Amino acid sequence: MKKIALGLSTVALALAAANSQAGEVEVLHWWTSGSEATAINVLKKEMEDAGNTWKDFAVAGGGGESAMTVLKSRAIAGNPPAAAQIKGPTIQEWGDLGFLANIDDVAKAGHWDQILPPVVSKVMKYDGHYVAAPVNVHRVNWLWANPDVFRKAGASIPTTWDQFFVAADKIKKAGFTPLAHGGQAWQDATLFEAIALSEGTDFYKAAFIDLDDDAIKGPKMIDALTTFKKMRQYVDPGFSGRDWNVATSMVINGKAAMQVMGDWAKGEFTSAGKKPGIDYICVPAPGTSGQYTFNIDSMAMFQVDSEDTQKAQKDLARLILEPTFQEAFNLAKGSIPVRLGMPRDKFDTCADSSMDAFNAASASGDLLPSMAHGMSVNSMVQGAMFDVITNFFNTEDMTAEQAADKLSRAVKASL
Amino acid sequence: MKTNIANSGSEKTQSGRPARFNLADWMPKIVLAPTMLIAIFCIYGYMIWSAVLSFTNSRMLPSYKFVGWDQYERLFNNDRWIVALTNLGIFGSLFILICLFLGIMLAIFLDQKIRTEGALRTIYLYPMAISFIVTGTAWKWLLNPTNGIQKLMIDMGFENFKFDWLTNPDMVVYCLVIAAVWQASGFVMALFLAGLRGVDGDLIKAAHLDGASTFTTYRRIILPSLKPVFFSALVILSHIAIKSFDLVQALTNGGPGYASDLPANFMYTYTFTRSQIGMGSASAMVMLGCILAILVPYLYSELRGNKNEK
Amino acid sequence: MKNNSTARNTSGVTKLLRIALYSVLLIMAFFYLMPLIIMLLTSLKDAEEVRNGTLLSLPGSLNFDSWSKAWSGACTGSTCTGISPYFLNSFKIVIPAVAISTLLGAINGYVISLWKFRGSNLFFAALLLGCFIPFQVVLLPMAQTLGWLGIASSTTGLIFVHVVYGVAFTTLFFRNFYQSIPGELVKAARLDGAGFFTIFYRIILPVSTPIIVVTVIWQFTQIWNDFLFGVAFSGFDSQPVTVALNNLVNTSFGGKEYNVDMAAAIIAALPTIVVYVFAGKYFVRGLTAGAVKG
Repeated sequence: MKKIALGLSTVALALAAANSQAGEVEVLHWWTSGSEATAINVLKKEMEDAGNTWKDFAVAGGGGESAMTVLKSRAIAGNPPAAAQIKGPTIQEWGDLGFLANIDDVAKAGHWDQILPPVVSKVMKYDGHYVAAPVNVHRVNWLWANPDVFRKAGASIPTTWDQFFVAADKIKKAGFTPLAHGGQAWQDATLFEAIALSEGTDFYKAAFIDLDDDAIKGPKMIDALTTFKKMRQYVDPGFSGRDWNVATSMVINGKAAMQVMGDWAKGEFTSAGKKPGIDYICVPAPGTSGQYTFNIDSMAMFQVDSEDTQKAQKDLARLILEPTFQEAFNLAKGSIPVRLGMPRDKFDTCADSSMDAFNAASASGDLLPSMAHGMSVNSMVQGAMFDVITNFFNTEDMTAEQAADKLSRAVKASL
Repeated sequence: MKTNIANSGSEKTQSGRPARFNLADWMPKIVLAPTMLIAIFCIYGYMIWSAVLSFTNSRMLPSYKFVGWDQYERLFNNDRWIVALTNLGIFGSLFILICLFLGIMLAIFLDQKIRTEGALRTIYLYPMAISFIVTGTAWKWLLNPTNGIQKLMIDMGFENFKFDWLTNPDMVVYCLVIAAVWQASGFVMALFLAGLRGVDGDLIKAAHLDGASTFTTYRRIILPSLKPVFFSALVILSHIAIKSFDLVQALTNGGPGYASDLPANFMYTYTFTRSQIGMGSASAMVMLGCILAILVPYLYSELRGNKNEK
Repeated sequence: MKNNSTARNTSGVTKLLRIALYSVLLIMAFFYLMPLIIMLLTSLKDAEEVRNGTLLSLPGSLNFDSWSKAWSGACTGSTCTGISPYFLNSFKIVIPAVAISTLLGAINGYVISLWKFRGSNLFFAALLLGCFIPFQVVLLPMAQTLGWLGIASSTTGLIFVHVVYGVAFTTLFFRNFYQSIPGELVKAARLDGAGFFTIFYRIILPVSTPIIVVTVIWQFTQIWNDFLFGVAFSGFDSQPVTVALNNLVNTSFGGKEYNVDMAAAIIAALPTIVVYVFAGKYFVRGLTAGAVKG
C-alpha cells in the first residue's frame, strides 16, 4: 500500500510537472444541465478574469458515478484534475489516500470558519485542514405539490404521513397519480429517508449516522419501512427507472399531485415558468417540518505540483465562496448559499423558507446529513442500504421485518 | 470472432527449414513480439493483478492487505450478486437460443431469392452497428408501460393489452433479452447467411434429384454442414452475454430494485461506485471463471481439430 | 453459389408461402427498425409535440432545429459546442486505432497460420482468451499503465487501449481467413527466395481484401461505440462522441430536450450506420470468403 502510494505520488509529481502550464485548472464535475451550466459559467468567467485558464471536464450521469470512475482512473494514472466535485465522507476517503491539497490559507483569508456553518465546514476539512470548498446546500426533505390537483380531488396538503395517505386516497379516486416517483435506487432512498426522518431526529442519527444496529432493526425502522412500502400503491405503473425530473414534470403538468424530492426539483418548476406558492407548493416532507436533511455539493482540491496551478486552485476555492458566485449558482440550482448572512432579496419563497429552516434546524440540532445523497455514510454503506431499500420497495412479498433484518446484515457486511 | 474458427485445416508443417541462424526464421517471432507483450502484460498481467486484489481488502484504491477468501465469502453471501448470477443464467441462455433461432430463420428466409435482400439484410444487421448508449432512451420508451408499446396498443383499441415487463422485477430480465436479441440476432443472421452461401450447390442439387423436400434438404444436409458456423455463433453470443454492460446501464440501470443486474454491472458498481475493489475483483474472477469454462473446451477442440482433420 | 430450393411447380401453394415469407421478413424488419424510427420521429418534432404526442405520432412539420442544436449548440457543462468537436475526437481515435490494430492483426494472423512455430497455437489460444476479458476489469490497471507511459487522458492513450484490446479480435479474423490459404504457396515463394515481408505484401495482402473489410468494419464499430474506455481514459479535450452523447442525454438537472437528445444520438450513430449500409454487402461477402466453410 505504502509502496504503491509512493509510486503514485512520484508519478503524479512527475506528470503534473510535465503537463501543467500557467494557471490552468482542470475541473471535473457533473453539472451538465442548462441551469447548472449557466451557474458554472459564472465561475468560469470569474476564473478567467483572475487570469486563469479553465479546463472544463464534465462527465454526466447517475449522480456522478461516471465522474467517480474518471476520477479514480485519473488518480491511479497519476494525474488527477486540479479540482473535482466530490462530497461528504468521500472527501475523507480521498484525504486518507493523501490526494487532497491543503487550502487553509484561502480559508483563513476568507474567514471560512466564520461564514460557514460548523456542520458544513466540518465536512470540508480533512484532519483539521480545509481541503474542499462548499458550493451550496440542498434541503432533501421537501414535498412538492400541485395545488390544482389537490383542489380537484378535494384533498389538503398533508403535514403527517397519516394525512398523506388520506389525501392520496382522495387523489387516486379523482383519477390522478398521488405520488410522482422514479424507481431508481437513490430516489427510493430519498423517499424512504424522508419517512424515516419523521420517526425522529434521534432515530435518524442512530440508524443512518451512527449505524446503531438496535435502531436499524428496531420498531421505528420497521414502522418507517411499513409506511414506505405503502407508497407503492400510490405510484403509477410506469415509475420504474424513471428519471426524477420526468417525475417532477408529472407534478408540473397536473398528472400527479406530489413528489418527495430535494430542492433541485425547483429548477424544473422554474424552467416550466411556474411560480412558487401559486402554481406549485413547497413544504417540508410530512412529519419533518422542523428537521433538515442536507446535501452539500463541494469542490475538492487535488495536490498538483505546478505553482501556477496551485495558485489557480486557490483562486477557484476563493471564488466559490464569493457572494456573486454563491448567489448566481444557487439561484439557478434551487439550493441555498452555503455562506451565512447572504442577502435574500433575489431568492424565492421556497429558498427563503429553506434558509430559515436551515438556521432553525442548526440551532435545535435537527440539521442532519442525508443518507440518500452520500452525506452521512460512505459509499459502501450507502450502497448496501440502497440495495435493501430499493429491493424491498420492489418485492411484493417481503415484509418490513425481513427488510429491517436484511438492512442490518447488509450494513454489518459493508463495515 | 465472426468468422468460423473451426476450419478444415490444411496442413501447414514447415519441413526442411535450414538449420543455420537466419533473420527470416526469426522474423515471425519478432513480428509477433509486440502483440505477445501486450497479451502477457495487459491481459494476463491484469488478470493476475485482479486475482491478487480479490484476496485483499482493497476499497477505494488498491491496497495489499490480504484477507484470504473473505471477499469471495462476502460475495456469495450478497443477495445482489446471486440475483446477478441468476439473471446471467436466464438472460444468457434465452438470448443465445433466441438469437440462434431468429438468426437461422432469417438467414434461410433471406436465402430464398428475396428481391429486396440487400435492404432487408442491412436493416437486420444495423443494430449491431449502434451501441445502447445511442438507442437506450428509445428502448426505455418502447418498453415503458405508460408511454411505450402498451400505450400504443391501448390507443389502438386493445384495451386490455398489458406489457409492463420493464417495471416488473420478475419479468424485467426478459426486457433485457428483447433488446439484446434486437441487437445481436441480425449479426447471427449474417453469419448463417454467409454460411449458407458457402454450402456446396452440387450437394443440394443432388438432394433435390433424390426427391428431398426443401425442408428435408435444410434439416438433413445444409444445417448439419453449418456446424462450424453454429459454434462460432455460440461462442460470440455467450461472449456478448457475459460482457453485457451497456445494455443494463442504458435500459434499466439494474432496476427495478436490482432485479436486472448482471455480473458486469455488479462488478463495475462495486469497484467504482461503492469503493469495494476487493469484492469487485472477486466478482471479476468469478466472471473470468465462467468465461474459461466456455472457452477452454472450445479452444481445445478448435486447436486439436486443426491437427487431426475432423 | 446460391442454393435455390424453392420448387416452382406447385404454384398456388408456393405463392402463398412466398407471401407468408415476405410478411415474416417485413414484420421482422419493422421490429429492427422501430427504435430508429422513434428516434428519427422524435428528433424532428418540437418540444411541445414531444411532450404531447405519442411515440409514433408524426411531427407536424419537418423541423431540423434540434439537429443543428445537437450538432453545434447544445451545452454540456460550461461548453456549448454541441457534439461536433467530440465527433472529431472520435475520428482522431478511431482511424489510427483501426489502422494499427488491423495491420497488427493481419501480420499476426499471417504468422500464426502460415509461419507456424512451436507454441504459435498456444499463443493464439492465449490471445483469444483476451477477447473475452471483461473490460471493466482492466480499467484500473490500465489507468496505471497509461500513467507510467505518460499517455493518460490523451488521444494517444485511448488509441493505445483500443489497439491493445482490439488486436486479439483482428488476429482472430485474419488467422481464420489465412487458414484457407495453402501453405504450399508460401513454401514455393520461399524457395523462389522471397522473404517474410515480400510474401506478405506480394502474395497474402492482395487476396486479403474481404477479410480486411470485415475487420475494419468490426473494429470501426467497436471503437466508435466504446463508452467505457472513452469515459475512463479521456481528458477534458479528448472525450469521444459517446461520452459527449451521454453527457447530453444524462443531464441530471433542468428540462429534458428529448428531440435534441435523439438528434444527437442519431448523429453519433451516423458513421457506423453509414458503414453498415454501404459496406454491409461486403461484410457478408467477407464473412463468406473468410473461412465460413463447412
